[in-house]
Amino acid sequence: MCVEISLKTSEGDSMELEIWCLEMNEKCDKEIKVSYTVYNRLSLLLKSLLAITRVTPAYRLSRKQGHEYVILYRIYFGEVQLSGLGEGFQTVRVGTVGTPVGTITLSCAYRINLAFMSTRQFERTPPIMGIIIDHFVDRPYPSSSPMHPCNYRTAGEDTGVIYPSVEDSQEVCTTSFSTSPPSQLMVPGKEGGVPLAPNQPVHGTQADQERLATCTPSDRTHCAATPSSSEDTETVSNSSEGRASPHDVLETIFVRKVGAFVNKPINQVTLTSLDIPFAMFAPKNLELEDTDPMVNPPDSPETESPLQGSLHSDGSSGGSSGNTHDDFVMIDFKPAFSKDDILPMDLGTFYREFQNPPQLSSLSIDIGAQSMAEDLDSLPEKLAVHEKNVREFDAFVETLQ
Amino acid sequence: MNCRSEVLEVSVEGRQVEEAMLAVLHTVLLHRSTGKFHYKKEGTYSIGTVGTQDVDCDFIDFTYVRVSSEELDRALRKVVGEFKDALRNSGGDGLGQMSLEFYQKKKSRWPFSDECIPWEVWTVKVHVVALATEQERQICREKVGEKLCEKIINIVEVMNRHEYLPKMPTQSEVDNVFDTGLRDVQPYLY
Repeated sequence: MCVEISLKTSEGDSMELEIWCLEMNEKCDKEIKVSYTVYNRLSLLLKSLLAITRVTPAYRLSRKQGHEYVILYRIYFGEVQLSGLGEGFQTVRVGTVGTPVGTITLSCAYRINLAFMSTRQFERTPPIMGIIIDHFVDRPYPSSSPMHPCNYRTAGEDTGVIYPSVEDSQEVCTTSFSTSPPSQLMVPGKEGGVPLAPNQPVHGTQADQERLATCTPSDRTHCAATPSSSEDTETVSNSSEGRASPHDVLETIFVRKVGAFVNKPINQVTLTSLDIPFAMFAPKNLELEDTDPMVNPPDSPETESPLQGSLHSDGSSGGSSGNTHDDFVMIDFKPAFSKDDILPMDLGTFYREFQNPPQLSSLSIDIGAQSMAEDLDSLPEKLAVHEKNVREFDAFVETLQ
Repeated sequence: MNCRSEVLEVSVEGRQVEEAMLAVLHTVLLHRSTGKFHYKKEGTYSIGTVGTQDVDCDFIDFTYVRVSSEELDRALRKVVGEFKDALRNSGGDGLGQMSLEFYQKKKSRWPFSDECIPWEVWTVKVHVVALATEQERQICREKVGEKLCEKIINIVEVMNRHEYLPKMPTQSEVDNVFDTGLRDVQPYLY
């Protein structure tokens, strides 16, 4: 008789954890009589069974069962099937008792390799931080803050996708766009007028006229609010040839202020523009943005035509800018707090680092204590010195006035 | 007769000494205890029931099963507490050992006093380590838990070899084999 203990997750995955096997064979021990010996040994076997059940790895799992998974059992007769236990399972021979009618053997085979299960679980549960790139989520319902730029990932996605598919992003923007047009304005587009499609489908003159229409009235109100946009009208106009003037206005607003001074070739789009919340209120300072590593990613790779191709093929679903092909380049998305290194850091890593910061050297006890003591000791002296020089200080102050 | 002897070694941190010892001793005693005998006429007896309960350890990722006998638990805890104090006070290298011996009393004729003949001895050697960081302690928790699992499996395997066990005594001799002093359980004399 075999009892199989398995684990089943809420998603329906199951994994065998243990198999207990009670066997009886015909080998009789002639000398044994049915007396207290046999009973005692059987009860000893039972106690051993109890002890061993607490010792297998599955026990701890079973104590923690609940929402994520449950432990199930199955009883079957016949040959034991150990294949579901994975590699390297261990077997414990709990005990053997000889009886006049046969020999009873109890054994347990348990899985060692629980790693499979745990990683799967981890994948399934949404990560706490980091991998989700919806820091700035624009839900397809009215959001309280109009400042958030458009989310270029579908809301339903769990897994962290650094490079969202353009089609997805376009869809998302299609929905979110109409409900919160002002948000689009808040995010300045990069150069050539259009940062990555998701954000600024408005730019596409070939794009949806409807959307443009909805945006335009509100856009206009914001036109006046964007100073210095006129500075970049030049660069804008290069890319917006052949457009009607209302669209020019729109595009002006979306142009990144760096246009004029940026070192990188103008045909670079960065997703990092999405990272700056409240961009409307960011100082409209060309110099600032020049030095902003987010704006001028030194190592930004350029992605190929798939992006551009799809942009242009889906002209109507937004995203296409009508600009030249090489205006749209996929850049590594650098989430907030990411370093400007070769490996962009995700928020999770940052969060973990931030949780375990190295000890500040100035806070280490001995140095701190010493310097504090020294400081305290030297204070009266310093005060005396300063008092002596009071007149000099006063004179200095007067010269300043 | 020969006395069989088993040795178990564990390396634990200071706080875990008590729990590790208790886990081992309780497991052994679980296997070496029965319910109280109730002798009836004609030389037969019935055995009372003994429950079991799980004990979770606080300092180790481990759970063990023991008999549900508060008296036995108290007795063991007292002894283990003394052992732990002795270990701590000895300072030095943090090595210690404790033995659990099962014996039988053999009545001797006057003037000799009763003999205690051991038939099974379990020795637990403890090595105490000192850990610095919380992370190390966490790892130690898990490691010691795993080690104890192995020890329990060892104990069970030895127990189930069904080697010598004292014969079941008659009523008059029960005290020579079992510890009848406890109210709810009857372990072998130890």
